[in-house]
Amino acid sequence: MTTSTTAPAARSAGRRVARPLLVAAAWVVVWWVAALVVGSRLLLPTPGAVASRFVELAGTPAFWATVAYSLVRIVAGFVLGTVLGTLVAVASARWGTVDALVSPAVGAIRATPVVSFIILVLIWVDSSRLAVVVSTLMVLPVTYAAVLEGIRRRDRSMLEVAAVFSVPLVRRLPAIDVPAVLPFFAAACQVGIGLAWKSGIAAEVIGLPDGSIGGQLYEAKVLLESADLFVWTGAVIALSLAVERLVATLLRRVPSSPAPARELSASSRVGP
Amino acid sequence: MIAVRGLRVRLGERDVLDGVDLDVPDDGVVAVMGPNGSGKTTLGRVLLGLVPPTTGTVTGVAGLRRAAVFQEDRLCEHFDAVANVRLVLPREVPSGTVAAELSALGLSPRAQRQPARDLSGGQRRRVAVARALLADADLVVLDEPFTGIDTAARAPVLAWVASACKGRSVLLITHDRDDATQLDARVVELGSPAHGH
Repeated sequence: MTTSTTAPAARSAGRRVARPLLVAAAWVVVWWVAALVVGSRLLLPTPGAVASRFVELAGTPAFWATVAYSLVRIVAGFVLGTVLGTLVAVASARWGTVDALVSPAVGAIRATPVVSFIILVLIWVDSSRLAVVVSTLMVLPVTYAAVLEGIRRRDRSMLEVAAVFSVPLVRRLPAIDVPAVLPFFAAACQVGIGLAWKSGIAAEVIGLPDGSIGGQLYEAKVLLESADLFVWTGAVIALSLAVERLVATLLRRVPSSPAPARELSASSRVGP
Repeated sequence: MIAVRGLRVRLGERDVLDGVDLDVPDDGVVAVMGPNGSGKTTLGRVLLGLVPPTTGTVTGVAGLRRAAVFQEDRLCEHFDAVANVRLVLPREVPSGTVAAELSALGLSPRAQRQPARDLSGGQRRRVAVARALLADADLVVLDEPFTGIDTAARAPVLAWVASACKGRSVLLITHDRDDATQLDARVVELGSPAHGH
């Protein structure tokens, strides 16, 4: 009896682990075949050459110092953009004047090409802080729009409950407001992390701060080191995914709000 | 005493209430009955301050602490039953007190620890009833409070509600005359020619 119930579960778990590995392996094979067809390490290095270069670079303290340099700045930019975007969205939801003032500015930031910001910010601050500022500016509009939408789409019936029972704000926030806004905030974080990395690394490639991943990418381009380019790009992807996973794990600890339809279906059930 | 005089409420293109007079004593239950669409719920919402009168007056509600069982359960879905009730109570009220009252309403200790989203309709309704009547309120609006609670389990809930209503102004919105009788309520019909008094 036990084996009959655990065997399908084990098979399902095995499939869950095996599937992404098989997908990755398939793409590595495609890459390998493409590299063999191209036949030039300069245009497209083989997976083996990239792996070997990664092992070589990862064995040096400079590699990890470079990773840490960019990681700290881009994550700082992401956190700053998220916090500022949230605060401004709360202020906009509360005061119409703030909304009227801020919404067009946020729209303008969103529409401005990232390179324009990078060049402009490079004039204002030194290159070591460039990635922080640019990441912040890219993340802020995304968080702002999502949090504002979440605030506006809170369940009005629950806000009525809070008003009737005179629930103080400090108790209403974790009970009603945060769970309602959280799904919007989480989606903004997911998009924001990717944006922070893309814009932050682009800023480093243009600003060339010493010891940054962007600087290494630029150097790889100048020296025609394609394998290095792949290694640093892979590092950026891995870091972005790791940060995204970490944020998702942290957000899962906060309770989320159900869909409004759930309330209706649950209250229509009969009997205790 | 709460006094409603000449109340008219227009929502959209329709007069939901028109010329309603009603008195709710400081200590007593008034049951509002009437067909669907007669404005019972809107009348309750006016007393709760959620809908402003289009014309007419409502006196005696200023400064009152209010509580309600709404038409829907309106619970925090991720909170358990005790937390849902404690949300509207002073912090010093211990969980044990709330749990004891929920038990009196027929909610098992196991159900009390479940998130509201996992409770059945009847269990959710009991939590909504407990939240309204344990709150420190002068005016309580009970909008179909026994919906979803099956007949066999209704007697102890009714007895608990009758006891908890004492000393307050209570507006009971119901389709069931027996509920009004059990709560010793004065019945007011809405939608009839003599609505009000």
